[in-house]
Amino acid sequence: MTAPVPLPVSTPVTWPDALYDTLKEVGIDQIGHVPDAGHARLIDRCEHDPGIAVTGLTSEEEGVGLAAGAWLGGQRAALLMQSSGLGNCINAIASLAEAGQFPLLMIITMRGEWGEFNPWQVPLGRATRDVLLAIDCRVLNVHRPDEVGDTALAAARLAFDSSQRVAMLLTQRLIGTKAFR
Amino acid sequence: MTGALTRQMIADRLVGNDADLLVVTGLGGTAWDASRAGDRELTYYLWGGMGLAASMGLGLALSRPDRRVLVLTGDGEMLMGLGSLATVARAAPTNLAIVVVDNELYGETGGQMSHTAGACDLAAVARATGIADSRLVSDAAQLEDVAGALRTLGTERQGPVFAVVRVPGQLSGPPAELPPRDGTYLKHRFREALMGSAVLR
Repeated sequence: MTAPVPLPVSTPVTWPDALYDTLKEVGIDQIGHVPDAGHARLIDRCEHDPGIAVTGLTSEEEGVGLAAGAWLGGQRAALLMQSSGLGNCINAIASLAEAGQFPLLMIITMRGEWGEFNPWQVPLGRATRDVLLAIDCRVLNVHRPDEVGDTALAAARLAFDSSQRVAMLLTQRLIGTKAFR
Repeated sequence: MTGALTRQMIADRLVGNDADLLVVTGLGGTAWDASRAGDRELTYYLWGGMGLAASMGLGLALSRPDRRVLVLTGDGEMLMGLGSLATVARAAPTNLAIVVVDNELYGETGGQMSHTAGACDLAAVARATGIADSRLVSDAAQLEDVAGALRTLGTERQGPVFAVVRVPGQLSGPPAELPPRDGTYLKHRFREALMGSAVLR
């Protein structure tokens, strides 16, 4: 049982740096993303890294094609998205990544599961895990900041060394609930 | 070369005699055309994942700036991934060309009219997203120009090439010998041809 985190998170956030360090360690060359507040710091760090090509996508499914193309060319890509974006990717993951056994590393910030303010985020947030499992993705959850680096390393190895589709879910408890005033 | 275009001329001209080109095709017609032009290790045929050909070509082009990449796809497949044109324009790889074989039809599903049979102009869409070199190809001479542009990819260019080749109503059936349809096999043979057998170990 972990200690409850206050809503919203008020302590300095360092886990995106651990995530960045791990992505570098496993040799990520490309990032595809649709902007997300939870990923803002990681996106910023990647954009300042000349060794990582960052591609802004109009929709998350493009990232599945991007990652498969990168792998064909000998590079490793990671996709950053929000749980709602996963819904845009289902056919791409199943019909391209799964059918061709392409490595796929998705780092997904969760909405709709922990003190969610916006009811429109709840349905897919609640379904994210089941949907991923239904299309044969591996799911790794991260609840605490100190788990981020290790879990990212495990997820990346599973994806690239064992040719799996892997989703690392950054839970809303970790990220902090978006607050509106 | 001048005169009327047949759709098979497109794959024959652009893929059939360019051994170094890295190719991603769409589903159905363009996969059949590319296969008939000569099956090759450095062609990845999509049999699923409709709408992703351009995105896949982008990931490939970014990963290998030293190589020329062609996405050869159909109007229906391109229409499903219109957003990816904006993404390609933004990333602006100089080594990527997207050629759309536009027959104004969904050929694999009964020949239903696509949006390009009406007012939708894919070349104008691509240009509006920011792909400055966006062409409409209606005859063999213009196809030759595209073939020439493919040779300049990655060297003398400011951005990607987009071309819509107009072949209204022209359908393509599967070749007598189908291209490989195992996506994992296609992936492995592509990577091995590009990077050597060490990538399989």
